This record gives sequence, C-alpha cells and structure tokens, in this order.
Amino acid sequence: MTGATPRTITPAHEIASQVSAGARSARDVTAAALREIASGDREVHAFLETFEDKALRDADAVDARIRAGEKLPLAGVPVAIKDNLCLEWGKTTCASKMLAEFRSPYTATCVRKLLDAGAVIVGKANLDEFAMGGSTEHSAFGPTRNPWDLSRVPGGSSGGSAAAVAAGFVPLSLGSDTGGSIRQPAGLCGLVGIKPTYGRVSRFGLVAFASSLDQVGPLSTCVRDSALALSVICGQDARDATSSARPVPDFAAGLDEPVRGLTLGVPRQARSDANHPAVAAEFERAIERFRGLGAKIVDIDLPMTDHGIAAYYIVAPAEASSNLARFDGIRYGTRAKLAPGEDLLTLYTRSRAEGFGPEVQRRIMLGTHVLSSGYADAYYVNALKVRRLIKRDYDRAFERGCHAVLMPPAPSPAFKLGEKLGDPLALYLEDLYTVTVNLAGLPGITVPSGSAMVEGRELPIGIQLVGPAFEESSLLRIARQYEASGAWMGRVAPRG
Amino acid sequence: MPDQPSSPASEPAPGPELTDDYVRKVAALSRLSLRDDQVASYREKLSGVLAYVQRIRELDLADVEPLAHVGGEVNRLDEDTPGPELPIEALKAMAPESVERFIKVPKVLGDGGGA
Repeated sequence: MTGATPRTITPAHEIASQVSAGARSARDVTAAALREIASGDREVHAFLETFEDKALRDADAVDARIRAGEKLPLAGVPVAIKDNLCLEWGKTTCASKMLAEFRSPYTATCVRKLLDAGAVIVGKANLDEFAMGGSTEHSAFGPTRNPWDLSRVPGGSSGGSAAAVAAGFVPLSLGSDTGGSIRQPAGLCGLVGIKPTYGRVSRFGLVAFASSLDQVGPLSTCVRDSALALSVICGQDARDATSSARPVPDFAAGLDEPVRGLTLGVPRQARSDANHPAVAAEFERAIERFRGLGAKIVDIDLPMTDHGIAAYYIVAPAEASSNLARFDGIRYGTRAKLAPGEDLLTLYTRSRAEGFGPEVQRRIMLGTHVLSSGYADAYYVNALKVRRLIKRDYDRAFERGCHAVLMPPAPSPAFKLGEKLGDPLALYLEDLYTVTVNLAGLPGITVPSGSAMVEGRELPIGIQLVGPAFEESSLLRIARQYEASGAWMGRVAPRG
Repeated sequence: MPDQPSSPASEPAPGPELTDDYVRKVAALSRLSLRDDQVASYREKLSGVLAYVQRIRELDLADVEPLAHVGGEVNRLDEDTPGPELPIEALKAMAPESVERFIKVPKVLGDGGGA
C-alpha cells in the first residue's frame, strides 16, 4: 500500500445538488472537468474526442435553465459518452477506421435524455472497435490505459468510459454492454457499472453490435450516481420496438433501505479454477461481508455457465455479421478507391477489408460461418437452445428465493497491455461471468469490493450481482448496502 | 425461429482445422477481401475459437426450444403518421461520394465496368 489517503471525486449527485442550489455553476464544473482531461488524458487516452467550446456553451444553457427554475436531476454533471452512441455533433467513430469521419445526423435517445436532465457531454470515450473486445486494445485509434496502472488495460469494450471516471476526469459515463462491456471494465477500474435488463434502455442511436444482447448503462464512482443516471435513461421509446413499456421507478429513492431477508445465490461455477488468486480471495471476503450484513448465502448451480462463452461467441458474432453488413462503403463510412473497370462487389469487399480491424473481421467471419448453410443447426440453433437453458438456470435460482446471484465480474484483475492480444480465445475466456447475463437478458451490476497489490501496484477488484429481469431497484439496494459496508465509495485512481 | 432442416454439409467437416480455401470462401461470403498473407492468420485464430465452441455440438439439446430473444415485448402497431425525415443534404453529407441529389456507385448492371 502507498499509505496515501485514497483519492475521491465529487459524485454526480452532489454536483447536481450544488448546481441546482446555485452553489456552483455548471460552467465551472465543466471547465474543471475539461482541465482534468487536458492535463491527464494524454497518458490514459480515455477520450477519442472532447468538446471544449460546445460543452461550455451547453453548461451555460444548463445554468440558464436552473436560473429559470427548472428541476434537473443531472444539473451540470459532466459525462463521457462511449463512441458507439450517436451524437449530432462531433464524430461517432465506434473506434473504427470504417467510421473515422462519420458524423451522425441524430442523437441517441439515452444521450438525449441525459441532456434533457441537465448533463453536459464533455467528450466521446474510446472502446474496442464496434464494442468487440474486453481490453480496449482493439481500438483503431490506440488503446486506453488503466488509470490504476498505466501498463494495464482498463477492460472493455467500454474501457474509455471506465477510465474517464477512474482517472477522475468525470463522475459519470455511459457505456454499452453486449457480453460484459460495462461490468468488466467497471470491475477492473474500481467502479460501479450496471447493465440494465434487456429492453430497459432504448437502443436507438446505439450502433448495433448484437441486437438481442446490447444494452446501454452508466458507470460511476458510487451506486447512487448509477441509480440516478439509470432513472434518467430508462423508458420506452417509439424508435426502439424492443424497449420495454414497464414503468421506470425512481431508482435512487429508497436506495438506503436494506433488502429484507436478503438471500444471495453463490454459484458453484463462480469458484472457477480460472480465477486469479486475488479475485478468488476477494470473492470469499465479499461473501463474508454479505453474511455480516445478515444475508443468507445459498449455494446454487448454474450448470450452463460452462457453455456460456461458447453460446455467446456463436450468437454475438452471428448477429454482428448481419448488423455490420450495412457497412458497405456506399451510404456512409470508408470507401475504398477503385481502379477503372473494378466492380461494385470489389468496392464492398475492399471497403470492408480496409475499414474493419482484424478482430471485427474475425467476428464477422465467425458469424458468417456459424450461420452458413449446413452449419447453422449445429452452431447457431444449438447456441440458442443453450441460451434457453442458461436463462432457466437463473430462473431456478430466483425461484429458490435468491434476490441476486453473486459472482466476480471477471476472473482476473486488470491484465497487462498486449498480454492477451495475440490470442482471441484467451480474451474471450475473460467473459466467463458476464456473457450469460446478456444471453438471459438480466440486469447485472458491478460494485467495487476491495483491491489487491499486484506487482507492486494496487488494483481494484469488484463483485457482480445479477438479479431477476426488471428488478434493478433491489439490485441497486443490495449494491448500496454492500458499498456502505466498505470503505471504497467514491474512490478513483491515485494521481500519477 | 424457422424450423428448416439444414442442407447436408457439402464442405469438409468445419472442425477446428479449417482449410485456407474454406477461410477464403467464408471471407467472400462476409464480403471481405483477404490478402494471401492474411489467410493463414485468420485460419489459425478462427480455428482456435471454433475448436472451443465445438463443445456446444456435443450437448443433447433435442428437446430444447431455441431462444432467439429474451425481450417480452410483442409487436405493436404505430399510427401511420409522417414524422420528421432526414433532409437529402444530411444523407449526402454522410455518403463517401455523391453527384447532385444522388449517391454515386460503380456500375451495377452489365459487366461491372468501373465507376
């Protein structure tokens, strides 16, 4: 341990209270965030683009709205947006050469809702290209580094969103989670991150990766901030037919009420041999902490977890190969230069080969293969059958009375840049504890738990709670109860 | 989920050992042009992933219904009312090449002569 006092930042809900009360202006808060980014992001590379002038103008507009008496739940809160969410200004690149110059003509619904709530968008955060990866090393514009140890990855694919908060640049960011892309980087960066139930948040304006799995969610330094942001971004949207009509509760209200008779399921599979010793040790400590809070811990079995990665790496690439077919060099995106006499097919194949990076091309080919005639039954249809069994495993745990299932968000703490880059499968296996949650469509939250000294550096370690569909409220209350029982809340990485 | 029986495999078993020719075929189906020097790398990495996901083919899943989508939402019909639309200028601004009001593409019909 360094012995220094842990560094914390002002959480989003406090900023919103201060700005709403006129104690601080949104402009001052925004200018401070922009200064932090300007001085610190050279080495972290959380951002692909920042909006200095526009953010300050937007902050002025928030201040004017406050003076006019508007009630804004996120008044003046600086937010980083993952760059696979469309904005009407700046570029929306998905960290891909394919969209290096793409400017969206519209803004994603979830981002629009943040703006309506008084948030100020300071920039677009780095990601694995098209959100495919778990380390943010697959960005066409260079990797993001973990603010806790710059030689390590922040996780991914929402690695820029996580690093932007963990570095103390902003208190809140939006990520997207198709197979763990919010929860895993939250774990590796010591943050709270929630993937809502499938259908909770509109996907309009989220560049599609795997449409039956993708969800948008917040990352923050405390549970209250994620609850607050979630209340803002959830809700049905006419522009996303899969968005749910369920009423959206105020997730922040009642957050401090403990869940009565709390019962947590601990799957046998969460104690995998794949777990890093530090993760295994923290997981056992977490169980004891929950026992100390009066929770009943029951052993459960999620047998299909062993097949989760296989099912996921069939279903997600299959959907990706279809979704990414739209990038053909015609209507938007990169277009290859043709020699005279070359045809339309060459334009497609060469534009796509030039625009997509190797990991995206691998997944497109994998998806094409598992959907191709003769193989679709063996791979894709079987994966969808496993998907049903995975959901059944979770349903049984909840029917047995579990309020949530407790697992690590990832089997290891942040790993070194380049450590797994040459071996796609090694990186896929990191998704062991997250992909089944997307396949079952359930809400999952990562909460900081503790840290371990690894090669002389303090690295955060989180826990993950998975709840029944649309039970984000109780999930957040359990997470809050856990957070309040520890000493991590609000922490970000030490400077330098 | 359409319950179509798949056609019998006409390719060699798509096991972990993919051939270079099969990788080229999948790349073509994926509309990706691969250089010759890329084929071996894609073959090796895709083979590794396929070797892992094979395990799903060994399960007895005969009595299990596939689950394509977890959302409980059902189709809903919207009123057929015109809403705001994107102006042509906005669409043209996104296109890599355009002429007047149109997006420019290489020749589509005939022998596929150049753009």
